[in-house]
Amino acid sequence: MARPADRVLSLASRVAAAASAVVVMLIALFVGWEAWPALRDVGSRFVTDSSWHPAAGTEAGTFGLLPMAAATGAAAAGVLVLATPAALLSAIFCRFYAPRPLAMIYRRLVELLAGVPSVVYGFWGLVVLVPLVRRLEPPGASLLTGILVLALMILPTVALTVDAAFGRAAEEHLAGGAALGLSRPTLIFEIVLPASRSGLATGLMLGAGRALGETMAVLMVCGNVVQIPDSLFDPVRTLTANIALEMAYATDHHRAALFVSGLVLLAAVSVLVLAAGRWGGVEPEMAS
Amino acid sequence: MQNWRRRARVDSGKNTVQTPLHRPVNRISIPSSARWIACVFGLCVFAGCGSSNEPSSREGREGTDPARLVVTGSSTIAPLISDVARRYEQEHPGVRIDVQTGGSSRGLTDARRGLADVGMVSRSPREGEDDVAWIPIALDGLAIIVHADSPVNVLSEEQVVAIYRGEIETWRDVGGEDAPITVVTKADGRSTLEVFLDHFGLTAQEIRADVVIGDNQQAIKTVVGNPDAIAYVSIGTAEYEAMQGAPLRLLRLGDFEPSTDAVRAGSYPVARTLHVVAKGESAPVVSEFLDFLLSPAVHDLVESHFFVPLDGPTPDGPAG
Repeated sequence: MARPADRVLSLASRVAAAASAVVVMLIALFVGWEAWPALRDVGSRFVTDSSWHPAAGTEAGTFGLLPMAAATGAAAAGVLVLATPAALLSAIFCRFYAPRPLAMIYRRLVELLAGVPSVVYGFWGLVVLVPLVRRLEPPGASLLTGILVLALMILPTVALTVDAAFGRAAEEHLAGGAALGLSRPTLIFEIVLPASRSGLATGLMLGAGRALGETMAVLMVCGNVVQIPDSLFDPVRTLTANIALEMAYATDHHRAALFVSGLVLLAAVSVLVLAAGRWGGVEPEMAS
Repeated sequence: MQNWRRRARVDSGKNTVQTPLHRPVNRISIPSSARWIACVFGLCVFAGCGSSNEPSSREGREGTDPARLVVTGSSTIAPLISDVARRYEQEHPGVRIDVQTGGSSRGLTDARRGLADVGMVSRSPREGEDDVAWIPIALDGLAIIVHADSPVNVLSEEQVVAIYRGEIETWRDVGGEDAPITVVTKADGRSTLEVFLDHFGLTAQEIRADVVIGDNQQAIKTVVGNPDAIAYVSIGTAEYEAMQGAPLRLLRLGDFEPSTDAVRAGSYPVARTLHVVAKGESAPVVSEFLDFLLSPAVHDLVESHFFVPLDGPTPDGPAG
């Protein structure tokens, strides 16, 4: 009786899966295709040039992507450093310390936070956070501001993923731990945390991916000066901001060079996905 | 944001045409498992090509009304012409106007060679360029702005140059407080940056910026949030925002008071005239469109792009 339905479902899911796989491949191919003229004519200067002035053409222009790649990496790393402990604490509170009704409300609030569009964060960063940071050290628009805004943006994503992972682990092990008479901190740090390691890794990778790819908010608060940052207060330009800033006006090799930025980003995200698969893919067995 | 999209749309028209992605894939001997992927791939590409070629194919089918205008050139002017073209197409259903970017020099070359009916050139004619008709369509000026709390009211041209080169780093050196100057500039390729560099004789490489921004709005927000910032924006935007109560001031530049009126009167130096160029003996369809472009009916569009409309057709080149 279930067979026709099964067949339909099987077909539909196969088509859907194939479609998404094809779309990813198409995107990669398209970006590669558009980037090719610049890769061919500029080549290694994407790494060796120290500044970024692509509008002047292939000969006179400079095409250094390293400062922007460094800025993107620094931003993502800073975001993880800030967001990881905050997300962990948030999830621990929600799962183990908050009374059930409060936890429900809190979870909804965090979900709401995850749904706020990035321009809103960016705008808030520009009009509130940038002037605040400027009081510490001008100009205000800086790597630090970017990290703060991004951390706030990815915090809910990571917190919710970790919370869900804690939920699964708690279901399996909470009763056992309680029966052994373990204290709550012991239970959390010795049992639940190791058991939800993969969920944690997934959440962090998702967060890092979003931090790498975020554009509007970063464009508004980071200052967009192409340089390798010496301090947290230096303005920086990320790869995404570079594309958004210049794509509308770029022609020929300038445009292709921006697609090279996109290609580098794609590569970075691929590395993240692979890393997530390696460290977060398998649920560790408690017995081992 | 809107601006970005509009410009992106204008750009994409040109770029889809030159990417025949399907060719290499079809040449590969296809393993059976991947064959359908190639099919979908090909379909997508054909769909993409189809939509970009829409004007010509439609024209081919009807065959009776070949009124298709091609406009190419400056990406500064393209968004404006695009909007004007849309309005014109609504009023003249038989006409299709294809607006493509590629820079002022492309506009000039295409108009000369007859590849385009109208070229968009965001500067004034130079020596020996009088083989085409230069028609001024609007003025584009820029103002240096600071926060309203800044005690500085006026800067000389030399001071502006020194500030943007990083030679003057504190407001005290130009009559302000003892605070570091936050230099705000625009990203490579922006038209306002070009006007700024042209007028002050700077190159993009020379500028030592603290903040690089995209559109005028971001410049305004940056200055509003930072009493030590200096930026340059399109004069229309700055005037409008200051009128709306944004705490910013348009700096006097030497003896020149910045305002759209001064730009219109020609008494403010940091400005340029945006032109379209066309062959002397253009088809009636072309001259009709140019008449529309110069009529007061499009002044609202000109202003919405923060340009200063001209009051009437006053060709300053050797018009044909």
